[in-house]
Amino acid sequence: MAKTALQFRHNGRDVAIFVDGGTNLLVALRELIGDMTPKFGCGQGGCGACSVLIDGELHLSCLTLAETVAGRSVETLDGIKDGPSLHPLQRAFADNFAAQCGYCTPGILMAAKALLDRNPQPSRAEVVEAISGNICRCTGYEPIINAVLAAASVGRARA
Amino acid sequence: MAVTVRTFASTGEAAAALSSDRGARYFGGGTLVMRALNEGDISISTIVRASDHALTRIDATGSRVTIGAGVTFARILAECGLSFLHAAARSIGGPAVRNMGTVGGNLFAATPYGDFTVALLALDAMVSVQGGLGSRDVPIEEFLQTRERQTGTLVLAVSFQKPASADAFRYRKIARIKPKGGAVITLAAHLPVSSGRIVGARIALGSMAPTQIRARAAERALEGRTLDGATISAAAAAAIEGTSPADNALASGWYRREIVGVHLRRLLSGQE
Repeated sequence: MAKTALQFRHNGRDVAIFVDGGTNLLVALRELIGDMTPKFGCGQGGCGACSVLIDGELHLSCLTLAETVAGRSVETLDGIKDGPSLHPLQRAFADNFAAQCGYCTPGILMAAKALLDRNPQPSRAEVVEAISGNICRCTGYEPIINAVLAAASVGRARA
Repeated sequence: MAVTVRTFASTGEAAAALSSDRGARYFGGGTLVMRALNEGDISISTIVRASDHALTRIDATGSRVTIGAGVTFARILAECGLSFLHAAARSIGGPAVRNMGTVGGNLFAATPYGDFTVALLALDAMVSVQGGLGSRDVPIEEFLQTRERQTGTLVLAVSFQKPASADAFRYRKIARIKPKGGAVITLAAHLPVSSGRIVGARIALGSMAPTQIRARAAERALEGRTLDGATISAAAAAAIEGTSPADNALASGWYRREIVGVHLRRLLSGQE
């Protein structure tokens, strides 16, 4: 079956790939672009491990048809740090023991970033709501909620 | 397995492509069809998309509301004219699912999903569909009863009369995980009041039958009465009538039957 040419912005850089019909964005990012930060958890939209930002909006990359991001901007965890300097959210996750096995962390960081980008001073309830689509089986969520609140109190996370 | 992706500018062309190919499925937000593809559903050989802007239009200015099938739950939540639907929209998925999932797709979501459709059923929505032969409006109840045969039709929009007051429309979803989780049961009630009495009550239930259904016996118990304790008790007792809930991982059918009256009572009496 013929492949489709696809161009989009990946963490601020233009990329061009060829995808098979029906390829999801998670497979395109991991296998064709080599960005391993979004994770495959369930493939059903239940866990949030594959969360990415598309034009600034939180989406599940495993349920996104790759072709639909043509000409759009896709941001993953790989793009939020600045060289060796961690993003304030990453720093807060490390300081607050918000990651244990780490598998859910990239998705939760993107969900938290989507929140702080539009609401720099969220309430605790708003943080809980923002990460409600992400499952963590290690931490019990409390350290994660505290980390997001800590990042918010440090100052507005970088856009 | 690779599938063929066909994207059309107009809904007419998309509908024709859908109706002419048994293996074609319309692709909206992806939360149902991409999931099926990820799970290796080989019955889907072609996915059809339409970029027509009419599919993402909301008209909530007048007394009759029209919502394009491609409108996401995040868009519903951003629309102040649709505040009566915010509880239903917020009860679906996490933020990412609400940014993706659409009103039209929800009509096809099987138990324990399809919560928004419960709200639409209580609102007596009309579903605009386009088949190979043209477009028509189908009452939502009829649409749901023939849902299995609707895969070849394209849903364009849903429309319904706005409830007269905030109190006239109520919604409640029972889930084990808050704020996100599949439904144990879902309830919605539209209770128009005319000179103190309920006229044209509609109660809709999710997860109480293979598709979303109306609780007709409970509606009859409310009809023409004031919403007092005796009426609410009669409606709650009748809620179970005509239901056939299934067992699943979230709850047994027995449990669903036990609690549906309890939650209908709470919904009608305005309890949290």
